[in-house]
Amino acid sequence: MSIAVVHGHDAHVIGLEDAVHEGPASKRIITGFGFWIFLLSDIVMFSCFFAAYAVLSGQTAGGPSGAELFNLRNVAIETAFLLLSSFACGMASIAAEVRSHLWFQIAMAVTCVLGLGFLVIEFREFAELIARGAGPSRSAFLSSFFALVGCHGLHVSAGTLWLLTMMAQVFAKGFRADILRRFLCFALFWHALDIVWVAIFSVVYLLGSAA
Amino acid sequence: MFGKLSLAAIPLDQPIPLVTGAVVLVVILAVLAWVVIAGHLPYLWREWITSVDHKRIGVMYVLLASVMLLRGFADAIMMRAQQALAFQSNGFLPPEHYNQIFSAHGTIMIFFVAMPFVIGLMNLVVPLQLGVRDVAFPTLNSVGFWLTATGALLVNVSLVVGEFARTGWLPYPPLSEMTYSPGVGVDYYTWSLEISGIGTLVAGINLVTTVLKIRTKGMSYMRMPIFCWTTLASNLLIISAFPILTATLAMLILDRYLGFHFFTNEGGGNVMMFMNLIWAWGHPEVYILVLPAFGVFSEVVSTFSGKPLFGYRSMVLATMAICVISFTVWLHHFFTMGAGPDVNAIFGIASMIIAVPTGVKIYNWLFTMFGGRIRFATPMMWSIGFMVTFIIGGLTGVLVAVPPADFLLHNSLFLVAHFHNVIIGGVLFGAFAGYTYWFPKAFGFRLQEGWGIAAFWFWLIGFYVAFMPLYAVGFLGMTRRMQHFDVPEWRPWLAVASVGAGLILTGIICQIVQLVVSIRHRAELRDLTGDPWDGRSLEWATASPPPAFNFAVMPNVSGTDAYWAMKRLARTEGTKEVDYQPIEMPRNSPTGFVCAFFATFMGFALIWHIWWMVIVALIGAYATFVVFAWRDHDEYEIPTEEVARLDRANIAARRELVTAAGNV
Repeated sequence: MSIAVVHGHDAHVIGLEDAVHEGPASKRIITGFGFWIFLLSDIVMFSCFFAAYAVLSGQTAGGPSGAELFNLRNVAIETAFLLLSSFACGMASIAAEVRSHLWFQIAMAVTCVLGLGFLVIEFREFAELIARGAGPSRSAFLSSFFALVGCHGLHVSAGTLWLLTMMAQVFAKGFRADILRRFLCFALFWHALDIVWVAIFSVVYLLGSAA
Repeated sequence: MFGKLSLAAIPLDQPIPLVTGAVVLVVILAVLAWVVIAGHLPYLWREWITSVDHKRIGVMYVLLASVMLLRGFADAIMMRAQQALAFQSNGFLPPEHYNQIFSAHGTIMIFFVAMPFVIGLMNLVVPLQLGVRDVAFPTLNSVGFWLTATGALLVNVSLVVGEFARTGWLPYPPLSEMTYSPGVGVDYYTWSLEISGIGTLVAGINLVTTVLKIRTKGMSYMRMPIFCWTTLASNLLIISAFPILTATLAMLILDRYLGFHFFTNEGGGNVMMFMNLIWAWGHPEVYILVLPAFGVFSEVVSTFSGKPLFGYRSMVLATMAICVISFTVWLHHFFTMGAGPDVNAIFGIASMIIAVPTGVKIYNWLFTMFGGRIRFATPMMWSIGFMVTFIIGGLTGVLVAVPPADFLLHNSLFLVAHFHNVIIGGVLFGAFAGYTYWFPKAFGFRLQEGWGIAAFWFWLIGFYVAFMPLYAVGFLGMTRRMQHFDVPEWRPWLAVASVGAGLILTGIICQIVQLVVSIRHRAELRDLTGDPWDGRSLEWATASPPPAFNFAVMPNVSGTDAYWAMKRLARTEGTKEVDYQPIEMPRNSPTGFVCAFFATFMGFALIWHIWWMVIVALIGAYATFVVFAWRDHDEYEIPTEEVARLDRANIAARRELVTAAGNV
């Protein structure tokens, strides 16, 4: 056994023959990377609901099918709301980059309104379906439809709550480094919900209406 | 006001859970009273409950696992006793109670013993091995631990308030649907696993980010200790498999609470979809558990053979191969579903292929030992016991991976023997090896050897006596989960198995005695240098227990077995004076504890349909996060003098030991 105090920075300790690893990454990279991993795991969860929908979409149990229920005009408006809100969120990122409080709050407010608009339309669609007797307990197809689309809706709701918290935080604390890291995560989350929506739009509504 | 909850929920007519619950309650209250009266509460709150130090959190994970091991083992010994007695009689456990016991045993052992044990070891060791000061997300780490504890608490509450699931450790529908399980048992199961599952996911994200993004200078991927590699693989599996469990249980919850038709018999539901989804999580899960154990064995075998690990690169390759292939074998859990010969054949072959990298690992460990100076300390004993036992378990696994054989052995006690063979022989022995190996690092003194060796032999022999007979009764046609039986040929085997359970109980008692004896004799067992085993990786380069900041100066790494190289270098070139700097560390935070407090109430309220309480708890949890997000100072500074004082003391202790050794 021996003494271990070779903490020095000698060149031969680093070992020049290998590509040198520079040590821990910055906090911003660590936070962003960790959040990306969370998003990937979230997408795995969505993929289970997609898989369940794929398995059960034909199981209408004598009830209505997607082609009879889906209103593509509504879905187009929803899609427009969500995509535009992502654009507004991108604007908020740029505003944060240039440290503009006013534009940040405006862009976030627009993001929020568009997100809420999306939720209202989705909520009305769900309410209508249930009123017509096409609720989630009508058939396995409708169960998987409500679960998949509702799971996305819950994410958007949680995202909206997060959004409002972010606005309040930036208002109270300004563009501090830790708050900017948090905002980076929020923006990633919000855009990821768009990606999931594009998949829902294609797999559930477009394919469902065609069938 | 209280949903489905009423006084009728307390099983006043069942003495076993009631007395057990009362005893546990008295013990908990006594411990709490002692903590408060002796004035330890501020210390516990400041240093442990609110701690965001990865070492403390790791220790708490292992403590949780150890306590739950006692609970899970109590279930096991009741089941063995029941089957030993229940020949043409009803034994001492009524069927509805026996069903809850085998369900609780499996659930607890997997989710609240094996998982927290390996996550605890990874938390404790990985940042030290990577030569860094902390994990990626210290506060989230604490949240993850406390949510796991919430899940464990809810499962144990079910003992006295209501009931636990009677469905087996995986709640297969349609039995687990409202029609056939109208009670709260399945709800206890689903909500405690949803909550602790979030905790596990958080731990997974944290450890993957730590390994990939936070390594000390020079610690490139191919220089990481194998335990870091297996941690990476295991946590990659956590982040890709646990969301599947969350989604699947969410579907079951929707079925039960809102009348959805995912897995019901009516309305077009598909029962087999549950089996596919749950095993798409469940098979990776067994590798989530066993890969870190493989990592422990790699460290232990190399250290106690005094040699670098044989075939480092093949070990890395085998680990990552298992990580990927583990997602392609899930269907072997239900060959009898009737997917057809082609599908069954593909999954059967994949299941055999995954045995190949495992075999590679076994040979690597054997060749590491070959020609080495082996020291038979307790961790090494567990490792050798593992190799023998795990090979047998692996071989019976390859046997049940053959679809025609599986049609005969499916759901028999042969299967029960097989998975206990790999989980006890692999995961649990690995956990115990890691526990004895890293105990001095965590606490600054070694565990007493004699009781450790005794525990090992009782466990090893007890395991064989308890589970080899189960292979035999499996061949004789006994199916799992039988409350009583009428076949006389099975009887002697089950009697022998219950003796085995008694031997394992003796092993557990030895472990408890070992802990008590070691604490009492900690002065003699003190690890002064921080390197009690003549170790090879960086966790041994710092004091035992390490200071909060782990390393006064972040080490520079130039190859595998980084600390071994440092020791050799220090011998030839001597030591240099170090330039100390102040260190920033994250401040402690009660966020995790408070969050879990609300999660416990939310889970309980959801189980009993107390909706107002659900809303209150949700608001509380959200408010906790906002308060956390609002704080202004999340770090504190350790001044240079303090860093230097702690580090110089450790260096002096090491130098003294070397001098003493030189005089002999």
